[in-house]
Amino acid sequence: MKYLLQIYPGTAADDVEQMPADERQAIVEEYLAIGRSPEVIGGEQLQPIETATTVRVENGEALLTDGPFVDAKEHVGGFCLVQADDLDAALDIAARMPAARMGGAVEVRPLVER
Amino acid sequence: MLLEQVFREEWGRVLANLFGFLGDFDLAEEAAQDAFATAAERWPRDGTPPNPGAWLTVTARNRAIDRLRRDRVLAEKTRLLEVPEAVEDEVDETTFPDERLELIFTCCHPSLGLEAQVALTLRALGGLRTEEIARAFLVPEETMKRRLSRAKRKVRDAGIPFRVPAGHLLPERLAAVLAVVYLIFNEGYGGRGDLASEALRLGAALAELMPDEPEVHGLQALMLLDDARRDARFEDDELVLLADQDRSRWDTAKIARGREALDRALALQGGGPYVIQAAIASLHMDDPHDWPEIAALYGELARLTGSPVVELNRAIAVAEAEGPAAGLALVDRVGLDGYQYFHSTRADLLRRLDRADEASTEYERALELAHTEHERRFLERRIAEVRR
Repeated sequence: MKYLLQIYPGTAADDVEQMPADERQAIVEEYLAIGRSPEVIGGEQLQPIETATTVRVENGEALLTDGPFVDAKEHVGGFCLVQADDLDAALDIAARMPAARMGGAVEVRPLVER
Repeated sequence: MLLEQVFREEWGRVLANLFGFLGDFDLAEEAAQDAFATAAERWPRDGTPPNPGAWLTVTARNRAIDRLRRDRVLAEKTRLLEVPEAVEDEVDETTFPDERLELIFTCCHPSLGLEAQVALTLRALGGLRTEEIARAFLVPEETMKRRLSRAKRKVRDAGIPFRVPAGHLLPERLAAVLAVVYLIFNEGYGGRGDLASEALRLGAALAELMPDEPEVHGLQALMLLDDARRDARFEDDELVLLADQDRSRWDTAKIARGREALDRALALQGGGPYVIQAAIASLHMDDPHDWPEIAALYGELARLTGSPVVELNRAIAVAEAEGPAAGLALVDRVGLDGYQYFHSTRADLLRRLDRADEASTEYERALELAHTEHERRFLERRIAEVRR
């Protein structure tokens, strides 16, 4: 099965900013190592939420708004696409994400199989 | 054999096997129900087969296979790549693996909410009907129906595994399973006896399937020892405390089974929270009580759980072992202001220290917090006594 791991940095983002360069690099390395696991089939880090643009189409016309669709406190900071045997295997990978232990969280969603 | 009894004993096994085979709850349930309906029709006429469980499983599997052959769309939703041929003629010889353990770990997967875990476990392993589960948890049937179908859908669509978790996950996942069983038991202990029996059945199945896990035996011991006193807890509809219970109304066979389970847990070097609670329950049934030992076990349990409620119980045991003043000193360190039993315990110790005015105030505080009519009446009696 395929799963999307949505990474919510929570307070981790600020903490990482404050870190000395070598510690910050270590966190990046952790993400890169997860990215190299055989189960991981894709993933990226996103630019901050302020860079988002939301598009709606009404009467054939695209309406653009600055910012996110959902006005929430927390936003996805990155994602990871995983091919795993079952939910436990996907949860294992999610639990290895630095954000999950640094005040953020990882939301695991199964993909619709076609 | 009565069909009702076969249903109770075999439902979990039949459903577990079908779920393992099909990977879909609704399909597995339908096929299992079909098989039980067929049995109800045929067994009275043709006699009960020598291996009822295997008969039911084969019949249910064949029903499911028939359905899947007719309905390709449905077949694609299951975990079967190829729909096999129906098995014939070997019904009585066939034995199927017991997959109830896999099923209970699926039902109690922590990605499901606790309420969903409980409902699904009762439905899948216990074979309770939706309306029965709804009634037991005092929610409308519609709500329970939605809760169950949402849980079943998540099991399928999120790929919740059907297996006993790997070693590093096992302790935490087993704790979740035991918590669900104990919660079912406690719902029943509050008066709905059916659920307590259901929990005891689940506990017995777990003990059979995981014979080397001390906490499994510990939980079963704890439930049996509590359950043995069910009839003695009420007299003329009034709550009776352990010390005042009529021991002749205790179920001695259940106590013996409970102590046997406790011995097994201890022989396996068990020292987890359920084993300790069972050991305490067992000591509570001795006359006279070994209060120093009970206090020591509460101390160990408090260390494991960090629970102030356990600390409160330790204080009660210390009061018995060393006198009410020592107990009161401990109670005052706990600081569970606003918790009914904190106030009733404090009240009781103050009463025994002849500090009647303070005792009366504490009893009144407990009375404000009491949930049940039984408890309110009990506290009112106490208040009348200290004011005399």
